[in-house]
Amino acid sequence: MELVIMAAAIMLGLGALGAAIGMGLLGGKLIEGTARQPELGPMLQGKMFLLAGLIDAVPIIGVGIAMYLIFVVAPSVGV
Amino acid sequence: MSGENPASTTEYIQHHLQNLVYGKLPGGFERHTENGTEVLAADTWTMAHGATEAAAMGFWAIHVDSMAWSIGLGIIFCWMFRRAAVRATTGVPSGFLNFVELIIEFIDSTVKDSFHGKNKMVAPLALTIFVWIFLMNLMDLLPVDLIPKVLMLAGVEYQKIVPSTDPNITMGMALGVFVLMLYYNIKIKGFGFVKELTMHPFNHWAFIPINLFMELVGLLAKPFSLGLRLFGNMYAGEMIFILIAMMFAAGAGTGLVAGGLNAQLFGDGTNGIFWLVIFIMVCGVCWMNLRGKISTGRTVLVTLGLLTVGGGVFALGGGLMQWGWAIFHILVITLQAFIFMVLTIVYLSMAHEEDH
Repeated sequence: MELVIMAAAIMLGLGALGAAIGMGLLGGKLIEGTARQPELGPMLQGKMFLLAGLIDAVPIIGVGIAMYLIFVVAPSVGV
Repeated sequence: MSGENPASTTEYIQHHLQNLVYGKLPGGFERHTENGTEVLAADTWTMAHGATEAAAMGFWAIHVDSMAWSIGLGIIFCWMFRRAAVRATTGVPSGFLNFVELIIEFIDSTVKDSFHGKNKMVAPLALTIFVWIFLMNLMDLLPVDLIPKVLMLAGVEYQKIVPSTDPNITMGMALGVFVLMLYYNIKIKGFGFVKELTMHPFNHWAFIPINLFMELVGLLAKPFSLGLRLFGNMYAGEMIFILIAMMFAAGAGTGLVAGGLNAQLFGDGTNGIFWLVIFIMVCGVCWMNLRGKISTGRTVLVTLGLLTVGGGVFALGGGLMQWGWAIFHILVITLQAFIFMVLTIVYLSMAHEEDH
């Protein structure tokens, strides 16, 4: 019932919250590191993208499951 | 395309998320076909019509579309890279050759950075994983309805063209990496592998069960997260493409005049004919603007007028959103292929290091 929608909302919200904190820390540290040692910039950026992908994965999986809940599960249980 | 009511929207999504399954239906299963209900006398190998039949097949089922697309893309990858390898010269490389060299150099430097053991297989493995997963993910950028619709006209009921949105494919690849990890762990370390599992992190015989539990969980989590990460990303991306695609259906024939005419002529069913006419007219106006026949201000006015009369505002918005998401998705598909490759290299590198 409505709980399905609530579950999707919590899933999206908390996932976004965690990812935002992670991304913020990651980007901040990258800029810090590059400012200290500019010659390491390209190497750090490559590693940053790798970690950004790792962080991004969890909330994006959450988005997929939430969309499935809202548009497939919720109509079929009759919200 | 589906209509506006939730039931058929759900059907549309579920149709898009259903693989083409070939498998064994158990005897006594009731099949609901157009000719009525048919009870199977014996076990039958057949194509599944719908999710219930696919579920009834259980273990003895194969996703034909995922297999065909992934193997086909693998063959394309081999053919392309072989062609470049055969043609390679010491001279200045041409466009395509240059592109292949770029990828190989990129993979080579990544492997050199993170793999410190001695193994001839890791770099080719990394290249295969990267390009293959990238090609499989790239199928996500084709319009969601294009190939399923064309194949539906040819008589194929279900089609999922992105193999990496199928957990069987991604978990299968992760399992392949896991087998390699175990093989090299045992080959390089021998008994040291057992020692690593039991004597780490607490180096005392009394802690063996705790160590074993912790290390085994860590070991099994690697392939699991590897496969699930790729699947989850691609599945979510595909889901969003499908949801945006439904906006076209909502927009077809909802203009002031065309909506009424459409309902008069064709009943309740959505029909894109009016929308198509408006689309061609809008394209014509834009083309005339490009040739300098009409001023830009008038072009915007005429386009807005046409969209109001004939509908298509939703379709235009949907088209823009598809573009936007597709452009963002180019980053995601490359990044996910790259992450799968890097983690494979790192895991294999850990298998080659003697001391933990």
